[in-house]
Amino acid sequence: MTYTQLALAGVVVAVLVDLFAFRTALVRRRAFWAAYAIIAFFQLVTNGILTGFRIVRYDGAAIIGSFTPTSSPPPFMGDGRIAYAPIEDLLFGFALVVLALSLWVFWGRNGLQRTPYSGPPRIPYPGATQDPRSGSGGE
Amino acid sequence: MSHLAYVGVLAFILIGTGWLEIAMRTRVYSKWRRLLLSIVPVVVVFSAWDLYAIAQGHWTFDWAHVTGVVFPGGLPLDEVLFFVIVPIAAILTLEAVRSVKRWPIGDEPADEIVNGRRIGDR
Repeated sequence: MTYTQLALAGVVVAVLVDLFAFRTALVRRRAFWAAYAIIAFFQLVTNGILTGFRIVRYDGAAIIGSFTPTSSPPPFMGDGRIAYAPIEDLLFGFALVVLALSLWVFWGRNGLQRTPYSGPPRIPYPGATQDPRSGSGGE
Repeated sequence: MSHLAYVGVLAFILIGTGWLEIAMRTRVYSKWRRLLLSIVPVVVVFSAWDLYAIAQGHWTFDWAHVTGVVFPGGLPLDEVLFFVIVPIAAILTLEAVRSVKRWPIGDEPADEIVNGRRIGDR
């Protein structure tokens, strides 16, 4: 199978695991999509470094794009690439993140170190709402 | 020094998310057993994918920019560390979102109130 086919299959399997195997349904939660938006941005930055400097090189035959970066860097945009990386990497990353987060929620929901929950933040942040428990310390 | 290029990117990810544990009280590293059990399956599954991709020639590595520690099948240590560090970063991000927004992530009992907000309102 090509990387394109595997990456698509990876997303499908990860979502099925999230919905039906672990029943965590993260893909239906706003907290997940907010986190994923942040993760995807930083993936484009770090993956851009790895692919732009050709630390990792993709075979043009295995991806939607056609370019194999042997003697020169891949294009920044276009030819199936976003920020130097093949768009398949976004699918790969999505599958990886969904699986990891689904496992995290799964273990917590089954009583493995479920609490204390995260928060409240120690530092001010944009759009802060006052937490009634802030200042109460740990549990 | 260039052999540390890949792990340098990984260090950037660790540092770039590690502060959330303190500033956002994400309580991810402190739940290290839950974290470990969330990471191990990811490492296994994605290392297998990586080995297949390497065998098929989907991607190759610039050996001048990785540590040079290589597992059988041509899998660089750098890649395995990637599959350890990226899940940690993702979990820290999710817990930071919960810390700030107080949105549930699914490990709360249905009738529990978390941080003053009733669970169930997504």
